[in-house]
Amino acid sequence: MDMSTPLERAHRMKLVMVGNGMAGVRTLEELLKLAPGLYDITVFGAEPHPNYNRILLSPVLAGEQTVDDIILNPTGWYADHAIRLHLGKKVVKIDRAARCVEAEDGTRAEYDRLLLATGSRPFVLPVPGADLAGVISFRDIADVDAMIRASSRYRHAVVVGGGLLGLEAANGLMKRGMDVTVVHLGPWLMERQLDEPAARLLQKSLEEKGMKFLLRKQTAGMIGGERGRVTAVRFKDGDTVPADLVVMAVGIRPSTELAESAGLHCNRGVVVNDTMQTFDPRIYAVGECAAHRGVAYGLVAPLFEQAKVCANHLAEHGIGRYPGSVTSTKLKVTGIDLFSAGDFTGGEGTESILYSDPIGGVYKKLVLKDDKLVGGVMIGDTADGAWYFALLRDGKNVSGLRDHLMFGQDHCGNLGHQGINRAATMSDDMEVCGCNGVCKGDIVRAIREKGLFTLEDVRRHTKASSSCGSCTGLVEQILAATAGGDYSAAPKTKSVCGCTDRTHEEVRAAIRQNRLLTIPQVMAFMEWRTPNGCASCRPALNYYLVSTWPGEAEDDPQSRFINERAHANIQKDGSYSVIPRMWGGQTTPAELRRIADVAEKYAVPTVKVTGGQRIDLLGVKKEDLPRIWADLDMPSGHAYGKALRTVKTCVGSEWCRFGTQDSTQMGIDLEKAFFKMWAPHKVKLAVSGCPRNCAEVAIKDVGIIGVDSGWEIYVGGNGGIKTEIAQFLVKVKTADDVLEYSGAFLQLYREEARYLERTVHYLDRVGLDYVKKTILDDAEARRALYGRLMFALSVERDPWVERAREGKLRHEFETFHA
Amino acid sequence: MDHWKDIFALADIPPLGARVVHCGGVDIAIFRAADDEVFALEDRCPHRGGPLSQGIVHGRRVACPMHNWNVELKSGCAVAPDEGCAREFGVRVEDGRVMLDLSTIGRAAA
Ligand code: SRM
Ligand SMILES: Cc1cc2nc3c(=O)[nH]c(=O)nc-3n(C[C@H](O)[C@H](O)[C@H](O)COP(=O)(O)OP(=O)(O)OC[C@H]3O[C@@H](n4cnc5c(N)ncnc54)[C@H](O)[C@@H]3O)c2cc1C
Ligand code: SF4
Ligand code: FES
Repeated sequence: MDMSTPLERAHRMKLVMVGNGMAGVRTLEELLKLAPGLYDITVFGAEPHPNYNRILLSPVLAGEQTVDDIILNPTGWYADHAIRLHLGKKVVKIDRAARCVEAEDGTRAEYDRLLLATGSRPFVLPVPGADLAGVISFRDIADVDAMIRASSRYRHAVVVGGGLLGLEAANGLMKRGMDVTVVHLGPWLMERQLDEPAARLLQKSLEEKGMKFLLRKQTAGMIGGERGRVTAVRFKDGDTVPADLVVMAVGIRPSTELAESAGLHCNRGVVVNDTMQTFDPRIYAVGECAAHRGVAYGLVAPLFEQAKVCANHLAEHGIGRYPGSVTSTKLKVTGIDLFSAGDFTGGEGTESILYSDPIGGVYKKLVLKDDKLVGGVMIGDTADGAWYFALLRDGKNVSGLRDHLMFGQDHCGNLGHQGINRAATMSDDMEVCGCNGVCKGDIVRAIREKGLFTLEDVRRHTKASSSCGSCTGLVEQILAATAGGDYSAAPKTKSVCGCTDRTHEEVRAAIRQNRLLTIPQVMAFMEWRTPNGCASCRPALNYYLVSTWPGEAEDDPQSRFINERAHANIQKDGSYSVIPRMWGGQTTPAELRRIADVAEKYAVPTVKVTGGQRIDLLGVKKEDLPRIWADLDMPSGHAYGKALRTVKTCVGSEWCRFGTQDSTQMGIDLEKAFFKMWAPHKVKLAVSGCPRNCAEVAIKDVGIIGVDSGWEIYVGGNGGIKTEIAQFLVKVKTADDVLEYSGAFLQLYREEARYLERTVHYLDRVGLDYVKKTILDDAEARRALYGRLMFALSVERDPWVERAREGKLRHEFETFHA
Repeated sequence: MDHWKDIFALADIPPLGARVVHCGGVDIAIFRAADDEVFALEDRCPHRGGPLSQGIVHGRRVACPMHNWNVELKSGCAVAPDEGCAREFGVRVEDGRVMLDLSTIGRAAA
């Protein structure tokens, strides 16, 4: 809500936006978030409607939604933000010298900055009769109204163009009872998104619904009747087909006349740089009218990325850049699943994986290049579309997944409930997010009522997938199905959080290269938008600082999550749990006695054996913590930390009749060596004495299996939300080798992983080959890594000793009475 | 009658930190922002009662340690789209001492 006085407004810079569509208004929304009140804003829109969701015109035409359903920003929104709105006014002139725009009816507005968001126009074939009544295109609410009116009066519709838009128009008209023929010049439908087999399947399923097709037909003209209305379409080969309504959907052209008339450089779009600025620095352009690095995008996901960057520059933060986007396509025809992304034809240097079941109506093709997914087409079963798209967009190395790739995410070791329930088959009362108890209906309602577009928005408003994240894929599917299009596609690189546009990698590099030692220094250097960050970035920065400059950068307790600040785990009632270390899961009667004594003395309500081979004292009062630690006289188990957790072991050769190596001792040695190690996320190890693997090493970050001739080292296992089996790294001979290789791997992870990324996710991103190259092929690099880890650990102290015996941060554990 | 009670020194709270005071049967969390302004809220998150004093303070907000709701230090209200408010109490700093307004606590307890 803008509460400023008219006088205050008069002193603001003036921003004028031409084109009141999806990309432009999104830019304003982003701008108002970053710098409310920086500008006095005026908007011109040629259409008589406030901003609406153009994508959903297809469901409106099909009768599945109404125009009211798809309004994104009602006029009240503009009023709330004190935006002057000129609806139904087309701007026809920009006077760059006087910095002023003028609309058809003479309305003028001056600007300090101008934003062009004029979208695009449908291309109309220059054939005789194209101007007859009943020949229209499919772009706005007026077109949809015209189609709906025609469908109630006439019978024969011809859609020229068998692309995405044409097929959606044809489907809508068919649903409205018309007899529809789709005319297409190409040899198969949607040739820019589909290969021939996929297109044939699509055509077959549409034919089953009653749609007719004329392929390889070139439209020569329209034949008019007595009343000046179209009656038939004529082709170059002389054939004709009856038509009372012709919808031209043969492509779009960026709306650049206005920009061109003002002398702005245009080349298939208004040419912009990476900050969305045109050749006139006061004028920006976003959306379908803009040409960025030679590409004018025609889907909303990239346009929204542009909007974000443009807003950042309009807000004078000046740090975002738009690097271009990878896009994917879905067809919004109910009952037909289609997905296409990237380079799906494949060519030199690529390999394709194919799955084809013509009877079942399923066809899938994945194209790989250099172990990465570069494209894909799917029809009939697209449940994994979002997953493939994420792999493609992030350029993930998929060599490890190759065998299962075609079968989707479920077959790649996912124990979570991500793909088991398919969004489409779920009823509204089925639970999607088990952590926050959010049902499908809640999510659908929030998307519709609040006009949500992105996964982030859905998380903020419903909490779905905001906790453990295992239902993210499902939420994305629901978002795609409800909002249409592929809204949720996130930017390629992730910024640390909303306080900055910098990525984790950029922040780390800056810390190292510029010797930054404190959080305020990092924030000042990297121009954080908030005065002291938030609960997401501060813990990350704190970790990056202490891991980059051990012994120099001082730990900031206020930037640690409570568990790491109090060195105990907070419980649901505000009490804490204490888990002392039991090296390698081995204990002594004396230790057990002390634990028992402490439990009695402090009336600990629950004593439990954990899943990590040690004992948990649950329900401890915060003020008792330092005394309990002192009485226990055992080291901190770090069960609360993004740190080394447990090293699980089996009995091994000391007792077991099958044991080949002393796994218990190896585990104890590892745990003692890496004790106190902070990491991007928690780190768990295990050692088994033989391949029977009683210590379950396959689901640990580092797992060791003793064999007769030495030790096998596995990395990147995970037993949590998304179960992953560890991958074989190397086999070594001695216990010292085990320490050096495991330590080097862990240090590499500590130096390179993003905060809150576990080893499995880190490996997913960089690939096992990279890790092998770094620590197996290069002995010097390996030893250097191990050395850096040993140094970092040498300056860490046991936090329990410091607090229980030396009174460090005493205030944390005191309570006041007043 | 003077209803401002001296509870502890400002220096007893770390910047961007909090301390808890038991007073009149309520747990009160006293927060210290980066610029040394202090705020007092009941130590109960409007979501499910989590101890706000244990959260991470940033700007003029605290992130609850339980499920990460953000709560405005000034009003005690959750940041939209979350809803609900924790009770707020009068507090100020005088000569480096943190003073709590007992009259606002009486009102709350009543
Ligand atoms: C106590 C314990 C359960 C038990 O009674 O056995 C436990 C308790 C918690 N686990 Fe766990 N996990 C415990 C073993 C495990 C294991 C099994 C293991 O370590 O062998 C796993 C699967 C292995 C793995 O991590 O890969 C496990 C996977 C998780 C996860 C999912 C991690 C993931 O990357 O997918 C979380 C959530 C997280 O960390 O974000 C989690 C989080 C938690 C938290 C910290 C939740 C929280 O934030 O409050 C629980 C803390 C309770 C407390 O205060 O003590 N816990 N948790 C186990 C402590 C082991 C120990 O001695 O340190
Ligand atoms: C039927 C249909 C289905 C679609 N489906 C999908 C989909 O599933 N997924 C997807 O990602 N994308 C889809 N799209 C594309 C998506 O809608 C567009 O990419 C997006 O709307 C473009 O946003 P924009 O702001 O650049 O342009 P627009 O939303 O077109 O907004 C431009 C506005 O500027 C106005 N204007 C132009 N010139 C002037 C002027 N001189 N003065 C004043 N106003 C002017 C226009 O009237 C228009 O209202 C679909 C499009 C259509 C038509
Ligand atoms: S202990 Fe682990 S599995 Fe059990 S409820 Fe807590 S987080 Fe979930
Ligand atoms: S109790 Fe505070 S966020 Fe849930």
